[in-house]
Amino acid sequence: MKLEGRKIYKGIAKAEAIVTKDGISFYGGVDPDTGIVVEVGHDLEGQSITGKVLVFPTGKGSTVGSYTMYRMKKNNMAPAAIVNEEIDTIIAVGCIISEIPCVDKIDINCIKTGQIITVNGSKGTVEVK
Amino acid sequence: MRLEQIEKDMLDGKHGKSAQKSMEILTTLGEIFGAECMVDVYGVQIAGVSYANLGEAGLEFLNEMAEDGKVRVLTTLNPAGMDRENWRELGIDEEFFKNQNRAIDAFAKMGIITTCSCTPYLIGNAPHYGQHIAWAESSAVCYSNSVIGARTNREGGPSALAAALTGKTPKYGYHLDENRHGQVLFKVNASVKGTDEFGVMGKLIGDKLVKLGKKIPYIEGIPSATVEELKSFCASVATYGGTALFHMERITPEYNKYTKPSEIVIEINQDDLDKTRAELIDDDLEIDFISLGCPHASIHEIAKIAKLLEGKKVKKEFWITTARPTKKIADEAGYSKIIEDAGAKFAADTCCVVAPIKGRFKGIMVDSAKACYYGRAKNKFKVKIGSMEQCVEEAIK
Repeated sequence: MKLEGRKIYKGIAKAEAIVTKDGISFYGGVDPDTGIVVEVGHDLEGQSITGKVLVFPTGKGSTVGSYTMYRMKKNNMAPAAIVNEEIDTIIAVGCIISEIPCVDKIDINCIKTGQIITVNGSKGTVEVK
Repeated sequence: MRLEQIEKDMLDGKHGKSAQKSMEILTTLGEIFGAECMVDVYGVQIAGVSYANLGEAGLEFLNEMAEDGKVRVLTTLNPAGMDRENWRELGIDEEFFKNQNRAIDAFAKMGIITTCSCTPYLIGNAPHYGQHIAWAESSAVCYSNSVIGARTNREGGPSALAAALTGKTPKYGYHLDENRHGQVLFKVNASVKGTDEFGVMGKLIGDKLVKLGKKIPYIEGIPSATVEELKSFCASVATYGGTALFHMERITPEYNKYTKPSEIVIEINQDDLDKTRAELIDDDLEIDFISLGCPHASIHEIAKIAKLLEGKKVKKEFWITTARPTKKIADEAGYSKIIEDAGAKFAADTCCVVAPIKGRFKGIMVDSAKACYYGRAKNKFKVKIGSMEQCVEEAIK
């Protein structure tokens, strides 16, 4: 199944999906040194997002979150790609400065955790197999 | 988006790596928010300056951008985490001092004027009516859009830096007439005077806007307002309401440019203001810290504080936060000596919102509703709002 969305940041990544219905705040919500979600009560609390395609509705929280994403990339702890329903400024800027492929305007109900998916940030598509 | 040749060249990397990264940020934001083109900006003000907020991650990004990035327009900074000269006396440790300076050095390398202030409009980063700018500090965004009639969105740290390094910003949001219309009419049936009362009104209006899901208030019933009252109002309504633009009848320049809103009308009476003020005064309060200058004190405010403190001695920690150029005017005018002889301290370049002072004091008294919000949320202080005179009285009693 090929889902058509909007390109946010270029690049292609194929990896395991990790899907949540909760918003994500990278600043304070994710540990940039371990890649683990640390926000108390978050759907993904305690799980690693490193090297996965992180699929969530939209970003939330402080604008410093863009820098946290950059730090994760430098630490080799960043997600392989990001898929959103509706991108916000923090995640968009975070993906650009960290060079993480990113697509939005995707119905995230079509993606399940554990599926291997291919994100094409240059074309704005997500392929689910 | 429709790009001009120079913008295309930047995007293709012909003007260096930092200009390319910057143009990537700006075109992506432009696409997301439906901008048709870019617009030239007169000036930029960058937030995300305090090392406490940037951290090593932000610093690394700044250093990378500073490798070949140079600003193309007038650019100044938001407050840093410390007074760059008087840091030791204000309780900042050596390590933080070094890290903060690493961040400021990266900004300086890019040609940014490293004056750290939330009131750029008071220290020479001053656009005029109708000019496009890219500012990040929320109170300054609100002031420039509303009081000056310049045009800016609420930028984040990286998008403001990108605007500085290219001289461009995507033309959407508050850059366009169609998004500058008042949405809610507030009728004020009370006398509002002084920075504290304007701050209280800002919280009241901001809270109402959040409940309504609206952003742009149109305010009538305020006969006059000073620069200082308006800057306090801007800080408050931006903090509590996320407001980047308001119109105030016969006070702000665009008040009669658009149709006055009439669908949603809210009356503000004295008892509404009293209730809001009570929300900015905590119970079981022990005040051990007084801070004036949120947003940064103007020279007029410093003159007033000097007059109130002349010949007195403060008995509590007392900070006046301001921009370094304003402090220099105060030095020349003799106000600094009067204030420091009374035992109060200047904290230039910084403020009680971004300085790393969490938990250092029990209770803070301020004349700013914005400072109340961050005093509680970020620094875990109990808070009390009062007029500038009441704050000084509390300090010397």
